[in-house]
Formats: sequence, structure tokens, C-alpha cells
Amino acid sequence: MGNHSDGSPNHSGTVATAGQNEVEKFQDPGIPPHRLRLADTDPRAAKKAERQVALLFGISVVGTLIFLVSYFAIDLGNDSSIATIRLQNALLGIGTAFAMLGIGTGIVHWAKALMPDHEVSEERHAIRTEEDRQAAVRIVDDIVEETGIKRRPLIRNTLLGAVALAPLPALAIFGDLGPRPDFALAHTMWAPGPDGKLKRLARDPDGTPIKAADVTIGSAFHVIPEGLNELSEGKLNEKAKSVVLLMRLDPAELHPSPERIDWAYNGIVAYSKICTHVGCPVALYEQQTHHLLCPCHQSTFDLTQQCKVIFGPASRPLPQLPIAVDSEGYLVATSDFHEPVGPSYWEREQHVLIPNS
Amino acid sequence: MSSSLTPDAPVFVAKTKGGRITDFVDQRVGGSGILREFGRKVFPDHWSFMFGEVALYSFVILLLSGTFLTFFFDPSMAETHYAGSYTPLKNVEMSVAYSSSLNISFDVRGGLFMRQVHHWAALLFVASVSVHMLRVFFTGAFRKPRELNWVVGSVLLILSMAAGFTGYSLPDDLLSGNGLRIIDGVIKSIPVIGTYISFFLFGGEFPGTMIISRLYMLHILLVPALILLMIVMHLFMVVVHKHTQYPGPGRNDGNVVGYPLGPVYAAKAGGFFFIVFGVVAIMAAFFTINPIWNYGPYDPSPVSAGTQPDWYIGFVDGALRLMPGTIGDWKVEQIWFGHMFTFNVLLPALVPAGILFTVMFTYPWIERWITKDNREHHVLDRPRNAPTRTAIGMAGFVWYCVMWAAAGSDLIATHFHVALNDVTYWLRALFFIGPVIAFIVTKRVALALQRKDREIALHGRETGRIVRLPHGEFIEVHAPLDEYKRYKLVGFESPSPLPAVPNEHGVVDRKERRRAKLSRWFFEDRVAPVTPVELEAAHGHHGSHEAVEAADAQKTLSH
Amino acid sequence: MKAISQKRRHPLAAIALLLMGLLVTGGLYAVATTVNQAKADTTYSASDVAEGGKLFAANCATCHGVGASGSQSGPSLVGVGAAAVDFQVGTGRMPMQMNGPQAEKKPAQFNEAQTKQLAAYVASLAPGPAIPEASVIDGKGDAAKGGELFRTNCAMCHNAAAAGGALTRGKFAPALAGVSGQHIYEAMVTGPQNMPVFNDANISPEGKRDIITYLKQIESNGSPGGADLGALGPVSEGLFVWIAGLGVIIAFTIWLTSRTS
Repeated sequence: MGNHSDGSPNHSGTVATAGQNEVEKFQDPGIPPHRLRLADTDPRAAKKAERQVALLFGISVVGTLIFLVSYFAIDLGNDSSIATIRLQNALLGIGTAFAMLGIGTGIVHWAKALMPDHEVSEERHAIRTEEDRQAAVRIVDDIVEETGIKRRPLIRNTLLGAVALAPLPALAIFGDLGPRPDFALAHTMWAPGPDGKLKRLARDPDGTPIKAADVTIGSAFHVIPEGLNELSEGKLNEKAKSVVLLMRLDPAELHPSPERIDWAYNGIVAYSKICTHVGCPVALYEQQTHHLLCPCHQSTFDLTQQCKVIFGPASRPLPQLPIAVDSEGYLVATSDFHEPVGPSYWEREQHVLIPNS
Repeated sequence: MSSSLTPDAPVFVAKTKGGRITDFVDQRVGGSGILREFGRKVFPDHWSFMFGEVALYSFVILLLSGTFLTFFFDPSMAETHYAGSYTPLKNVEMSVAYSSSLNISFDVRGGLFMRQVHHWAALLFVASVSVHMLRVFFTGAFRKPRELNWVVGSVLLILSMAAGFTGYSLPDDLLSGNGLRIIDGVIKSIPVIGTYISFFLFGGEFPGTMIISRLYMLHILLVPALILLMIVMHLFMVVVHKHTQYPGPGRNDGNVVGYPLGPVYAAKAGGFFFIVFGVVAIMAAFFTINPIWNYGPYDPSPVSAGTQPDWYIGFVDGALRLMPGTIGDWKVEQIWFGHMFTFNVLLPALVPAGILFTVMFTYPWIERWITKDNREHHVLDRPRNAPTRTAIGMAGFVWYCVMWAAAGSDLIATHFHVALNDVTYWLRALFFIGPVIAFIVTKRVALALQRKDREIALHGRETGRIVRLPHGEFIEVHAPLDEYKRYKLVGFESPSPLPAVPNEHGVVDRKERRRAKLSRWFFEDRVAPVTPVELEAAHGHHGSHEAVEAADAQKTLSH
Repeated sequence: MKAISQKRRHPLAAIALLLMGLLVTGGLYAVATTVNQAKADTTYSASDVAEGGKLFAANCATCHGVGASGSQSGPSLVGVGAAAVDFQVGTGRMPMQMNGPQAEKKPAQFNEAQTKQLAAYVASLAPGPAIPEASVIDGKGDAAKGGELFRTNCAMCHNAAAAGGALTRGKFAPALAGVSGQHIYEAMVTGPQNMPVFNDANISPEGKRDIITYLKQIESNGSPGGADLGALGPVSEGLFVWIAGLGVIIAFTIWLTSRTS
């Protein structure tokens, strides 16, 4: 099979040829005879192909013109409608497509129809000669030998130690990319203010407080803590932890555990909207089945069982926000969540119940 | 390199204008050697060899369109109120990044077009890298001496995904924001350091005010620079190795048959760039991609149904969906020593991708160890001629596709009117049995195709012409193959299992025994290529040509 | 006090007083009506109610019981209001053809007059949400505000582009393109099937008008970037690039590497 220079890849190493030897194989008949194209024999066909190529290049010119005209002739003023934008986008695209496809198909057609199409066979050369290969190995050995690194383990070991430690500053210097987590994840805005004032539940996104009477059976309110919209900084950070879904169902359908008896108000319950799986908002409330569904990974929580996971990849129930009604009839959070909201993290266990002050 | 000018030697003078320019450049910077090497370098021609070029060209399109976008994009997460021309978002509070993305879409002429070109090219980039890798895998092009290039290619696949993901998040819209939140959740599940990594990445709590500008830096500087570096290495090795070729008459491991680079191949490859650009332009002209104006600005409270990542991250998202978080009342997430071990996130996020990439990176060495095949290969395997490898590849592909489909489980449910939960249950089952079925079916199909090839090589092609013999029997006439076509069907190797070989101490160690077992598994089902003797026998022992055809007909019928 | 008493005789005092009175009554009225108005719509005639009763007995009572008091197979309709009837019957969801995960939209079984009569009958049983007035479904509200409300309250089920989405166990939230403003409004106030109720205390009538405006606007705008591929997001985009994008490119590669005759 073929003529190989030295270092012939075919015969080195242990090779399974599966009991076939050269005699039992078909001989390679070589490259099939060349077949002439129409354009090779018929000058008229060649001329025709030439014109086709020129036509394709001409189409490209037209495409470029379409692009330029639609760029300059269509004005995107302040009052431009969506239809105008769509038109311009389509025209710019058609122009570009014609300009590019014209050139591309033209060149390829030229190459296929008019350039020589004889298949050529080229010898492969070994990547390196056997001599080079051995010389290279020898050189490396010599270099290693001359450094004496093998004979002087003290040098080698201290060097290894130094090199191993040297990247540490490069890691350490990124230490200011962010603050230490500390207890940031353990608290949300729902914790009562320093004056002991309980936070009211407010509508997302406008921030107006919600009265218990507003929440009729079957309702679902998307809730933020009162005062969130007035935060000057870190608004989204706080919102990411404190969004809550407020629902009302027949109190008989809720089955609160003893310690959570007073966390609901007349069948009104509030649960964190942040999925305990990886943190998507669990916002889909089915008012008849009382299921909450996360649209990202389909974790399903049963509201009647304190948001226990009944399907999907989440492991933990959604944290419940204890609520009550203040003297003016508005819903308030009686405390922060009793556990961190959202996805699990390494230190989470230490943060459970911390806000329960 | 350039011709040395000695007084007595006749001076070479280029005759044409092109020649004189070449000579001028060459005398000043050298390079005639390179031209001599490459000018007529031969490249084999096959449509499946073009995917690498599609990837390269999509990358060039990405660089061009991306540069345009950077002139208008502002990666700031500062709050602003939208004042552009899209009325359904007028005066809505949003980040500067999102607002500038909207401005690119609605107030910069051609901006929307460039955004769509960029995003379609990105999807096409990763898709063509993947198809290219599938082609390389199924044809065995990763074998010696190309193992390292396979590794570089695998690194490129990961980098292309990284480039895609960092770019996907930049507009700071609701969809990508929720995607980032999922990433944050996955990072937090990492034991010991997860919370710290999350805080360092986001510059504090999620979402913070830093992440977009950090991703921007990665997206426009670090990742493309690495991709460029890897592409250079990749192409350099292609040049060193020369291209592989499909088996066929005149093609062997010692040569490369095809068209010379100049002019035919250069023209085709160069023209193909414009074709790829044209196709991307058509997609950008008529098909919306990533309509950020629908999603609205990122806000941690809302979410949209059908929240999915771009397709190349889909398999990880799908794995996250498939993993049950509770089995009965037992929670997959565990608290050990007062710390969270979030297995319901860790396992699906890391294990499938880990297995996929580990096998991908090491496969050339695994196969080399099993087959003890240390030769250089420049002629590709037709996938059917390596049934076990093809079956392994299909098993992996199906496994990937199951996870991929799981990322769209909600859309499968709504569009095929089935229950979301049932889709998940089925895909969970397929996650385990799908690859097994794929392996068995693919291997059988490959062997069947080989038998078909054998049949054709021995007895020729069915012509569809029915002939009635004198004694009344009907047969179909088979046309014999010419030697070129036959060689394509018979010119392959079919290695048999390689039994355990004792080492230098004369002992068959356990590792070798294991290898021999794997070798048997790899090669025991095999169809040997037709030999000249067999062909002779098929035509010979019946005596007359007609009788051969009659026998053929029976054989065909019996199958 | 002195300042006020001095200005009491100011020519504008009467007007100011009038304005104040109006504001107070208006405000009180607004407060009184924040929670679902339980006003019985008086535009129905007695004959509407009577005709509706007959239609109900003939077509609905099998499941919903005589007098709409409910049965094993259908809920009581006392107090669901005219809006619920107009939505369920007007979109063809009721009468239900077969039991399934949820009642699906189909061609309406009753004409407008019959639907109105049925609504009149059910509304006559007990007060409930009424059919919205034309002013709140005219699509002339603030689209940007509507968009914000839509994303917060609706997009999680109906998709940000209102293309619909999946719920648990075969249920789904339908796409909203082509649904009339009136039906959208009625769905929000009545919470059909598993959709939560969005009463007027949750999203004010003004807010609902904004949502309808937003939906109608994005529907009539279409996508500026061309065909929207179902507005389903990255999944349809990924499928498109694999099937159409790579498909066309493969066709080109085959042409490119084939020999010309």
C-alpha cells in the first residue's frame, strides 16, 4: 500500500491487520480517468458559463445598491413605526445577501465550470524524518542532563515549590472582585425596621400597600416590601430576595403546621417567589389546584402542604412569610423569612432562623 | 530562500505583472518558500469537509458585526429611563445596557440588522463547530496524528459556548437576566466556595451592578482572543498534517488527492465565505432573533413562560429539569455536617457535561489503547466500516439530544398537547435507555450497511430489470461494478479482536486482560471486506454468467 | 381660620367648594368600588333573563345544576357574574365538549344575543363581575405601563410575547393574539379555570386597560426583525438555525463540491 518514506506509519507499531495480507486485498486501481466537462470541450458552453459568472457578479452589484439605497432613503426618525424598521431591516438584509451570495456563487461557479478540475495526487511527507525524531529526543535529553536538575534535587524541589506558590498572588489580587458573603443572604427587607415598625406588603411594580380585604379568594398578588421602590441603591439586590407571591384560598384548604398557625390571615398566605432550586421566580399560580409552578425547570409546589415540592428538581419547600393585618387593615410581615430564600448555598444552614429576632 | 544574486548566474526576471509584484514582495520579506509550499497544496473535496470553514467564516462574521455593535453598546448597569422610539417601553426604568441595546435595534440605522446577523452567526458558529466535530468523530479523523488537533477543536467548542453565553447576557433583558440567575443558583450549589464565587462574580449579591461590564470584557476581549489563538493552532496543525480524505480509488495513507489550493480550492473556499455571509444575511433579514423588546428590562420579579438558554447551553438546562429534587419524601439535597450538599443541582449541572467533555477529550486515546492502533491514518473510515465507534458516537449524540429536548419540555407539552409532567417522565426514562437503544440500533444498521456493500461488491448493483429464464424463473439482472466503484466498497480494514498480549515479563496483567475484553467488544461483530478470491468464487463456481445472476437473485430475495 | 373665613366670600369660593365636594364624593365612590364592583348590570331586560333561564336549563343545567347551583360535574355559577358567562361562552369554552385537563377555546356555540341572555340570567342570580364598559377595553391606555404590569402578572404563564405556555399536567395558558380586549378583561376579573383572579384592587381598571393596550399594540406592530418564529424564544431559534440555516448551507456545500457536467 503506497510508497512510504522512512518512519512509514503503516508498518510501525503492533498492528492488527485482521488476518488480511496484501495478497488477499484488492489492488488500488488508482484515480479514475478524468472526465471532461461540457465547458472543456464546447467553447460555447464555456462562453455561457462565463456570462453566468458575470451575471452573478452583476447581481452582487445590484445587492450593494439595494443596501445603500435602503440605508439612506429610509429615515429612522423618532416617529418611525415598527413597519418602517422591519422594511429597512429586510431591505438591508436582502441587499447584503445579494451582494454576498452574488460574489460567492459567482466565484464558485467560475471555479467549478472554468478552472482546471483535474484531481491531483500529492505525496504526504512524514511530519519529520526518523533522523530528526531521534535527534530531537537526544537534544531534549542533553538539555535536561546539562541543567543537572536530576542530580540536584534541592534545586528541583525548591523551584517546584516556588513555581507552585507564585500564582497565588495572581489569584489573591482578584479578592476585591466582590465582598465576603457573610450574612447578606440571610436577611431580606421584610425584617421589621429599627423602630419595630412592621413592613407592609405592597403591589409589584407600583409599590402601593395591600389591604387584606383586597385579596379575594382565587387572587394572586405579586408583592414587594413597602419602601423598596424608594431605595436609592441596591434596589434590584433587595428585590431579588424579597419578592413574594400573595394568594388567598379557603382557610379549610390550608394545613398549617402548629408553629405556622398564625402565619396566615383568613386564608391569605405569602410565600417567597424565588425558587429553592436555582432561583427563578416561581410565579405560576394555578388557583384551582393550588399548585405553584416554576417556568424555568418545572418545580411544582403544593400550596395546601406549605409549598412542599411535588414535582421537579427543587428539594425544599418555598419559604413562607409570616403575615398579619395592621390597625389600618393593611397586610404586614410580622418578621423576616425564618430561613434564607432562594437556591441553597454552602453556609445556608447557619443562616436559618437567624432573622427570627 | 530568494534567489541569490551572484554576478555570473543569470538573473531571473519575472515576465508578468503578477509575477513582478510577487517577486518584489518576496525580495523584501521573503516567503517564496511558503508560497511554493502552499500555492499548489492539494485539498480533497467533499461537502462534509466544509463545516470547519462554516465555523471559521461565522467567526469572521461575528468579529465584523460584533465590532459594529461595540460602537453603540454601553455595558453599564446604571439606572435610566428609556427615551428611545419604541413606544411600548417608553419611560420604563431600565439599565443603560438594555437601553443601548434597544437603541441599536430601533434608532441606529442597520443596528437591528447587525444585531440579528451577530446572533444568528453566533448560533451558526456553535452549530457548525458541533457538526464539524461530529463529522471528525464519525469518520475517525481524530486518529493519529491528529489527536492534539481534536483536543484543540474540543477546546474551541467550549470557548464558542463561553463566547455565546457571555454575549447572550449582555443586553440585560428579562430572559438573559433569568438565565444569569440560574447560573448564580448553580454556582451557589458548589460546595465550600460556591457562595464566594457567586459574590466575586457578581461583585456582591445577585444581580449587583458589575456583572454586565465584566461579561462584556470577557465577551469582547478574553474569549475571542483565546478563540483566535486556538484557531491559529488548529489551522497550523491542519497544514502540518494535510487534510484527510475519504477512501476511494487512488487514495491511500501516503497521498492526498484533490484540487490544488490555487486557483480552484482557494476560489471555492473564498467564495464560500461570501455564501455563508449571504445565508446569515437572509436569516437576519427575515427572521427575528432574540426580540429583547418583548422581554423587557431585567427585574428579579417577573419571568416569562418558555425561559430557555440559547441552544448550546440547552443540554445543561435540560439536565437540570430532568433531575428530580425529591424521590418520594427523600430529599436529594442533603445537609451533612451543617452544610448544604445540593445534589439536585450539582449532579445535573456537572455530571452529564463532565462525562460528555471528558469522553470527548480522551476518546482518541481510549480508542488507541483498545485497538493498539499506533499507525498514522489519513484515509477516513466510512462510519459503517467502524460500527462500534459509530454506535458509541450515536449513543452520545442521543444522550445529548434527550437532555437538549428536555430544555424545551414545556414547548413540547404545549405544541404536542401532552402533559408537561409526562414529557419529563418519558425523557427521564430515555436519559438512561435512549443511549443503549441508539448504540444497539446504530451498530446493527452499520453492520447491515456493510453487508449490503459486500453484496453489491460481490454481485453488482440491482438494475431493476427483470428477466425470465428459459425454465420460467424470473430473476433480476445485476450489473457488475467497475473496478473504481468496487474499490470504494472493498478498500477498508476490518480489524478482528486483538487478544491479550503478555508484557515483557511474559505475564498478561489485569489491565491487558481488560483491554482485550474491550477489544473483543469493539471488533467482535465485523463484516470483512470482499477479497479477490471471494469475488472470483462468486463469479466462478457457477460456471456461467447467467447462473451467477440467478444465484444472486436468490440471495437478494432471501435477505 | 381667620384667613379662610375672609376668603369665604371670594367669587371663586363657590367653585372651590363645588370641586371639593365632587372630589370627596368621587373619592368615596372610588374607595367604595375598589374591590370588585358587585353592581348588578341593569342593561338586561326581564325578557333577556327569562330567555337566558330557558337556554340555561336546556344547555347548562346538566352540569351546573338547576338554578346554576352546581353539581358533581360542574361548579355553582351563583355570583360568577355576567363577565364569566360572556368569557366562557363567548370564547366557546362552554359548553364543554369533553372532559380534559382544561376547557379549550373553540368556535362559539351560541350567538351574541343568546350569550347576552345567558349572561343576563346568571347575573340575575347574584351580583358578580359585569361585562366591562367600552372605555376600559378601547386599547388607548399607556402601553408602557401595561407592559410592566403584563410582565409582572401575566408573562410567567402567557409568555412575555403573549405566545402562551405550559402549566402542570396538560394544562396550559393560551396565546393571547387574536383574543378580544373584552375577553381579556373578563378573564382577568373572573379568573377562569386555573387562572388567578385579578380583581380591581389588584390591577385597577385603568391598569387592565393598559395591559390590553400593550397586548393590542405588540400584536398589531408585529416583530421589527421579520418573522417571529412563534415568539417562543431560544428554542425555536435553535431549531431554525439547525434545520433551515445549516440545511441551506449544506445544500450549498453539496453544490460547491459536486462536479459540473
